[in-house]
Amino acid sequence: MSVPTYDVVIVGAGIVGAACAAECAAEGLRVLVVEAEMVGGGATAAGMGHIVVMDDSEAQFELTLYSQRLWEELAEELPPSVEYDRCGTIWVAATEDEMRQAERKGKFYAERGVAVELLDARELREAEPRLRRDLWGGLRVPGDGVIYPPAAAHFLLSKARAHRTELIVGRAVIEATLGGEVRLQDGSNISSGIVINCAGSSSPKLTPQIKVQKRKGHLVITDRYAGFVRHQLVELGYLESAHAASSDSVAFNVQPRRTGQLLIGSSRQYGAEDARVDQGVLARMLNRAFAFMPGLADLSAIRVWTGFRAATPDNLPLIGPYAEGARLYLATGHEGLGITTSLGTAKLIVAQIMGRTPPISSEPFLPIRFMQESAHV
Amino acid sequence: MSDEVTLFIDGVPVTVSASSTVCAALLEARAIALRRSVTGEPRGPLCGMGVCFECRVTIDGQPHRRSCQILCREGMDVRTDV
Amino acid sequence: MYETAHACDVLVIGGGPAGLAAASHAARCGRRVIIVDDNPRWGGQIWRRGSGEDESPQATSLFDEVRRAGVKFIGGAHVFNQLQDGSLLAEAADGVHRFSYEKLILATGARERFLPFPGWTLPNVMGAGGLQALVKSGLSIRRRRVVVAGSGPLLLAVAAHLRKRGAEVLLIAEQAPRARVLRFGLRLIEWPEKLLHLMRLQRYLFNVPYLTGCWPVMAHGRRKLERVTLKRGARLWEVACDYLACGFHLVPNAELAQLLGCETVDGAVWVDELQRTSRPEIYCAGEATGVGGVELALIEGQIAGCAAAGREDEARRLFAARQRARRFASALNAAFDLREELRELATEETIVCRCEDVRLGQLREFDSWRAAKLQTRCGMGPCQGRVCGAALEFLFGWRVTSIRPPLFPVQLRNLAYDPSSEAERVERG
Repeated sequence: MSVPTYDVVIVGAGIVGAACAAECAAEGLRVLVVEAEMVGGGATAAGMGHIVVMDDSEAQFELTLYSQRLWEELAEELPPSVEYDRCGTIWVAATEDEMRQAERKGKFYAERGVAVELLDARELREAEPRLRRDLWGGLRVPGDGVIYPPAAAHFLLSKARAHRTELIVGRAVIEATLGGEVRLQDGSNISSGIVINCAGSSSPKLTPQIKVQKRKGHLVITDRYAGFVRHQLVELGYLESAHAASSDSVAFNVQPRRTGQLLIGSSRQYGAEDARVDQGVLARMLNRAFAFMPGLADLSAIRVWTGFRAATPDNLPLIGPYAEGARLYLATGHEGLGITTSLGTAKLIVAQIMGRTPPISSEPFLPIRFMQESAHV
Repeated sequence: MSDEVTLFIDGVPVTVSASSTVCAALLEARAIALRRSVTGEPRGPLCGMGVCFECRVTIDGQPHRRSCQILCREGMDVRTDV
Repeated sequence: MYETAHACDVLVIGGGPAGLAAASHAARCGRRVIIVDDNPRWGGQIWRRGSGEDESPQATSLFDEVRRAGVKFIGGAHVFNQLQDGSLLAEAADGVHRFSYEKLILATGARERFLPFPGWTLPNVMGAGGLQALVKSGLSIRRRRVVVAGSGPLLLAVAAHLRKRGAEVLLIAEQAPRARVLRFGLRLIEWPEKLLHLMRLQRYLFNVPYLTGCWPVMAHGRRKLERVTLKRGARLWEVACDYLACGFHLVPNAELAQLLGCETVDGAVWVDELQRTSRPEIYCAGEATGVGGVELALIEGQIAGCAAAGREDEARRLFAARQRARRFASALNAAFDLREELRELATEETIVCRCEDVRLGQLREFDSWRAAKLQTRCGMGPCQGRVCGAALEFLFGWRVTSIRPPLFPVQLRNLAYDPSSEAERVERG
């Protein structure tokens, strides 16, 4: 066996891989990043780019909040191309029931130190005049924001490279072994102290045992309509959609971009391997958006694309060693929150590698949770 | 059917042939630029055939319309972005 | 939402020479044929009709043929997506049109290639075909001073047309070297119809300098074009003008073919001898298969029309004529091949992507179209890279990848076309 040339080899230069590279490099580790296609070209390019706090579970809340604060700390360093915009999120309530949900959500956030503001119907109309007029209200989370993720991945990698991180682009990895070895498609091997599989929805291709499934999504971007929407808007039914583990689902989610463009989502499909646009799903997704914001129908759409989220059975990412003491680490399975949680993920991984106490509990994200589960069966 | 139509270019009435495109009418009315680019440069038409999107204007309240692809109609309200 | 459904045996996309020829041939073989075109009227770019325009006799007779053959024409409709195999969606002023077909013939033509140079974004710097199209659609050019520049025989046709309309054409700057243009001119004897056409144009070009080995290096002006700097050999000089009509030959419109999964070679749609693409039910004819001029487009259209109608025998009879026209095409493309110096026209500060104002200097660190697009927004605007993509292919050898729906920007309500809601639709033949 050859002597490892690198302390850490990171497979995948999406935003998670880029964040891990920047963090490892800042620790003085010798890092190599191997990317099969291009920097920030996978789910990082396909996603919406929100920096949001989410309350699907306590663990998710803690990781997203921690990560959001890391983005805020980084804000000053971010180049304009990253388009970081703290536009805030409004969770929109369409029914009385959803209004109750907004209240509960607001309480949950406030109790944990996150600023929120409950909006009644009139306040919602003032905040977002283009929304349908008969909505019940909403919950504003002013600290949320959006970024342009491919530029963020590029930026994080350039930070890493300033610490002498090496980057190989255009060579595919076919296996990331438990022993800390990386096998490339061209037949060569790279050995390393530690390998981190950051390959998103492709991560099971390299490490077949891991519980990550592809979850297809569609997005639409419009031409420039400055001021049409001011906040990121999400229907309160969104989490329900994100949870629907078996069936296809759509939810209203619109985002204003720095350019004045609007990004419109979202859809979720399991078992779809075909990257082509599915007209039926696209139509459902857009009609859902029109139901909340009828004026969208008149706007001009420039592009539609699809992407694959890396989904796990419990909606939490896989962060940490593959098994106790393994030299293979995982940083994947971030589903729709990889942009937000990339920074937090990188901090957790580095704490684990360096044997330090992690800044937040890493327990809920350890890959070993699924190993135990399968061991019990 | 009349051969001529009157449309409004930035509020000013202009009479042109009914077979004229909005883009031609704009240039005839001595518009120099039709829009501002994303960094504020003045721009006029380039391809004349609907490919380049440089001739975009607001027509009857709808922004981003390709003026070279649209024939003038009576009473049309055309706004340039300059 | 307004939706109109159309069904036919043969659907032709594009109503220029190739599309019209294809449609009339398929219809004469008894097929129900529909032509869909972006423009309100048929004729394509070359036979674009406008106010007071005299039609070429060739165009008039083909228009008559198409009418007599009972071809249906749907103008002002932009094809933006495929619903499923055998079904396309188009956006028109009245909503979405859905076209179901047995065979599809793509006759999507070509567009001008634009190359960035300092000042090319100034108002009144236009394409050569671009200015001609505007003049045909109502712009008065009388007494305007025009410099026609770039490359290809289109420059002559444009200059002649503008002059006929009263423009003061100051000069024609052809980038190709004199020797190549002369050799091409001498070879025209093989295609008498082309020679005749050229001689007809010459009548209008009397006294207009045709400068080979000459090209624009900079356009100047404060709010719009005022002067252009030209270069010929070692000489640089300025010419004051109202318009610079500048296009560097043509590039095939292959986007729809690519969206449908048809293979392309060097940016042109690949076809077999029957004009069939790599997808057997889809044919392609005319400039989209490679730029070759109107005669080739007509013959390819005829072959595609016969073949799509199942009349392979008739199609085969046209192979010899196509061979002859293809020889012309390769002579043409060789003669007007772009010179290396044109790669050096743009400076680091020159805008390459006009939609997103991305400058050449921003693109240098990337090695592919998609990587540059993701990081700089180059090609992300509404033209979807149709202008900068062709330029960057020449400058850096990049290929535009990831052709996705909508092929052109469309209204969201039309993009939201729901294939499962059949009820509201009106069935039309």
